[in-house]
Amino acid sequence: MSDNLRQQLVELPNLLGHHIQLTLIALVAAIAISFPAALLCLRVPRVRGTVLAVVSVIQTVPSLALLALMAVAFGLFDQRAALIALTAYAILPILRNMVTGILGVDASVIEAARGVGMTPWQILRQVELPLAAPVIIAGIRTATVWVVGIATLSTPVGADSLGNYIFSGLQTTNTTRVVTGVVAAIVLALILDQLIRLLEHASERRSLRLGLTGVGGLLVVLIAGLAPLAIDLRDGPVRTQVAQTDQPRLERVTIGAKTFTEQFILARLLGQTLADAGYDIELKESLGSIIAFEQLAQDELQIYVDYTGTIWANQMDRTDSRDPTTVLFEMTAWLARTHGITCLGPLGFENAYALAMRAADAEALNLRTVSDLEPHAAGLTIGSDYEFFARPEWQAFLAAYGFTFAETSSFDSTLMYPAVAQGKVDVITAFTTDARIIEYDLALLQDPRRAFPPYDAVLLLSDSAAQDPLLVDTLRPLINAINVSLMRAANGRVDLEGRTPRDAAAWLRSRLPQPGE
Amino acid sequence: MIHLNTVSKRYDGAATFAVRDVSLTVADGELLVLLGGSGSGKTTTLKMINRLVEPTSGRIEVEGRDVASLAPVELRRRIGYVFQGIGLFPHMTVAQNVGITPRLLGWSRGDIRGRVDELLDMVGLPPGEFARRAPHELSGGQRQRVGFARALAARPSLMLMDEPLGALDPLTRDALQDGLRQIHEQLKLTIILVTHDMTEALLLGDRIGVMNEGRLLRVDSPERLLRDPRDDYVRRLMQTPKRHADRVEALAEGRGS
Repeated sequence: MSDNLRQQLVELPNLLGHHIQLTLIALVAAIAISFPAALLCLRVPRVRGTVLAVVSVIQTVPSLALLALMAVAFGLFDQRAALIALTAYAILPILRNMVTGILGVDASVIEAARGVGMTPWQILRQVELPLAAPVIIAGIRTATVWVVGIATLSTPVGADSLGNYIFSGLQTTNTTRVVTGVVAAIVLALILDQLIRLLEHASERRSLRLGLTGVGGLLVVLIAGLAPLAIDLRDGPVRTQVAQTDQPRLERVTIGAKTFTEQFILARLLGQTLADAGYDIELKESLGSIIAFEQLAQDELQIYVDYTGTIWANQMDRTDSRDPTTVLFEMTAWLARTHGITCLGPLGFENAYALAMRAADAEALNLRTVSDLEPHAAGLTIGSDYEFFARPEWQAFLAAYGFTFAETSSFDSTLMYPAVAQGKVDVITAFTTDARIIEYDLALLQDPRRAFPPYDAVLLLSDSAAQDPLLVDTLRPLINAINVSLMRAANGRVDLEGRTPRDAAAWLRSRLPQPGE
Repeated sequence: MIHLNTVSKRYDGAATFAVRDVSLTVADGELLVLLGGSGSGKTTTLKMINRLVEPTSGRIEVEGRDVASLAPVELRRRIGYVFQGIGLFPHMTVAQNVGITPRLLGWSRGDIRGRVDELLDMVGLPPGEFARRAPHELSGGQRQRVGFARALAARPSLMLMDEPLGALDPLTRDALQDGLRQIHEQLKLTIILVTHDMTEALLLGDRIGVMNEGRLLRVDSPERLLRDPRDDYVRRLMQTPKRHADRVEALAEGRGS
């Protein structure tokens, strides 16, 4: 077994457990909602069309959008957002099959049930439900397979799932990691599908033995799947009072990471550093920028690395650009005042947005700065990551330079670099710490009008983390310890050399000044 | 005794009546056949007696009590009911089907079991062989026997039967007609049976009520209806078995039709 695969499998029990937990709760909730809704549809035929239309419409919303919508609409940035969305998805097949299954019961059997003197409730329980059971169970089976699949998309809204493998694996071009997540999700879906199929057969043939086998199998999968979570029930920060010092001390620290390689490496660097100081570490990866920030504010995350410009533009709604020191200073004060978040300090490098193009093209056109682009821009295309064109920085850019490009296209940030190198687009918004700038021989254009704010990487701590003196002392040596070339080299170990973020973090750590030196 | 007093049924304010001003008295222990074509209102009339259908106007009494004053579910549990579709519960065994009304009435398990065995014996389906079978493992005739047994399970004194033999082959039908008469006499049941089959009506009925277009045209014994039909529709109806018999006879003698 390769070392990479072994590393992936270490996380499997925990992620699989969370995945099963999400799936199970969403399905139980969907069944609990569908049942009374189905009764309403059956007893009041006038509302049937409307109810089924509403749940069908939910189904047409793209899954990732629905998940994101839940997070934004309800202000929930964790498992709850994923659960609401997954439940909404699961309702359609379950409700539809309940209604069609019961409507499909032979009318003569229903009349006989009335004729022998059953009450409507007895007819439902003793005749309609047992006869519709195969169809109802088929609906639950469809919903189960869907939910197992869609649950992989709950990673960006802050819920752990097998999607963690897929999202971070794609970002770090770690195919083994992606495949691990995909295979685990497929195997889980297949196992649940077959076990529920057994129940479907049992209800068709009215075989108790088959039914018990199916139920037994499901219980085994659920118990085995959820066991790792039960051992690990303490969720969130746990504070204990250390007797001698009488100071609050966290036992368990959750570290967040956004959706790109540098974040994965830094989260592990923080994790390895704190683990050596005796903390239990949990990583939450592939979080959207807003979700990571909200979770930190709510103390569901204790630490993550963000960038001054991101907070400046997205959280503080600032459109002006100031010098790095002012931005850092104002941001630190604003975070403490409005969200109780502590900025421990800058890590020592900047990961800014900068326009990049093929070095050969830049030379041929004699381009050094963004301003030089203006006469050529109408014939050039620009590519960026998913977020950029919706971010305030893009508006600031347009306002500062007063020109735009022939076409904009969004890419996964990993694919953006090969896209410009291969000429699919002419300009990209590169991240200045990305090792691929050198690898693909790209030239960065200077930003004389300072359209982009400074993006110094800063270490942010939640309220509980900031009050733990040991934690603060442990992390303080990281302040101003990482320069841009070191960070770029660490990123390159993952993005170019195919190592894991954990290896890159360990390497980066070995290059830092050791305490006491 | 069953008594219907000017009972009418009209669906959703439609201009035409499904049943119009039907008055009828059925004596205890009598087997009354309601005879008519499709749409004549015979089945609707039957279903109004156990309130599967609610009359638009008129009054129906069963054993001296207005059925409108009784809870429909209680009423139905006291009245045996067999109908064309048979409507055995496909997810229950023969024994469970037969025992359903006693179970709804809260009989003890032992009582239900004893009653089921007794009834299966009576309808000619030995319980040892049939009790645990599923309905789909039975022939059409066997299924209808189970339907009879189910209707009789709670010892009703009144049975309503809606085309009970409609879907069966002639030999099975013949055997079951005999069985039905036997059960009727043995248990002194009051039976109202709906059919569109003239021969069946003549063979089974103590009296026959002829219905057409929602109206009850005549109620009388088979002999008197044959001898003195009085009504043109009744006359034509009464002549059909005779005409059929003549044609069959002609065929047998090689004269063609």
